[in-house]
Amino acid sequence: MGEMEQLRKEAESLKDQITAARKAVQDTTLQEAAAGITVVGRVQLKTRKTLRGHLAKIYAMHWAVDANLCVSASQDGKLIVWDTITTNKVNAIPLKSSWVMTCAYAPSGNLVACGGLDNMCSIYNLKGKDGNVKVMRELAAHTGYLSCCRFLSDSEIITSSGDCTCVLWDIETGTQKTVFAGHQGDCMSLAVSPDFKFFISGACDFTAKLWDIREGVCRQTFGGHESDINAIGFFPNGNAVITGSDDATCKLYDLRADQELITYQDSSIMCGVTSLAPSLSGRLILAGYDDFNVNIWDSLKSERVGVLAGHDNRVSCIGVSADGMACCTGSWDSFLKIWN
Amino acid sequence: MPVINVDELTDKDKAVMELNQRKLEVKLERWLTSKCCEEMKDYIQERVEEDTLVKGISEEKNPFKEKGGCIIC
Repeated sequence: MGEMEQLRKEAESLKDQITAARKAVQDTTLQEAAAGITVVGRVQLKTRKTLRGHLAKIYAMHWAVDANLCVSASQDGKLIVWDTITTNKVNAIPLKSSWVMTCAYAPSGNLVACGGLDNMCSIYNLKGKDGNVKVMRELAAHTGYLSCCRFLSDSEIITSSGDCTCVLWDIETGTQKTVFAGHQGDCMSLAVSPDFKFFISGACDFTAKLWDIREGVCRQTFGGHESDINAIGFFPNGNAVITGSDDATCKLYDLRADQELITYQDSSIMCGVTSLAPSLSGRLILAGYDDFNVNIWDSLKSERVGVLAGHDNRVSCIGVSADGMACCTGSWDSFLKIWN
Repeated sequence: MPVINVDELTDKDKAVMELNQRKLEVKLERWLTSKCCEEMKDYIQERVEEDTLVKGISEEKNPFKEKGGCIIC
């Protein structure tokens, strides 16, 4: 038997052992465990604000941790920092490359980052001395597009790329600290755990991976999706992962049981999930789809309890504010909407 | 932490990496799903009352309320 054959056979055998080990701890399903809980009442959110200003498709948005600020990125070549209460543009940052696919707000509120088909992650300082927002650092090393980025602090950021890797960067020196390799398809999305010790990535190999940031290793791999995973997020307590896929479903995986607990799907939904965000308590999962809508799921009952219909094109990004008071959607129709 | 250059990995390197990854994962200690579900339900129940998107919010308390007209007293 050739070497490759031998390796594959061994890997398959271990895969079967993992499947068996997961089954061995599956003494209940979430559906069964939540059988006694009533479905949440119909959720009817209204558009409270429309953020107008981008001139092309919006690809990403991210809430700031403090205050009601958020940043959005559009292929009109701009990053805009918005005050979502007044709808004023706090900053409108012109980008070198208009092919932006992601943006992020640092927890401190001092920095924002973005990147896309330029394969780079550009860091901007919002609090520069002369008031001008300038590029602080350009993190270049990925050999594929930048699909997502998230700050750990003002000195570290994690990126995911079409080159199938994720990277932890030292912003100060502009160098790679750790390369997280293992996915066998483009990495499309990432999310950092509430305690900043782990991050999860979703990829075009249909799997989600949990990574230990300091050890630089993959701890767990979650399969089950039948197509690319486009969106990923942590359940608010950091103990579960939610994924959204081109297979038209979202899934909830528990980290301690190392397996899927439930799938959010409906036979009437046949288009891909582009984005997702849990509500503050985790009871609701808001997911954006290719059909221009956002479906709101009761996370425990796996029932659709609401729809946000208001965009005239694909909903590309969604986020719930840190205090859970509002949800923001961004669309290819060039608008952002604030709902609650 | 050594920086891997993914482009330089051969098919065999990738197969070895995948095998080693599975060797790590097979050793995981897994919780019973019943315990995980209970924890999740408890977490949600403890916080759902404060979850604006679930419970709604009154106009007066809503920081995002649309600005109304002027009231002349």
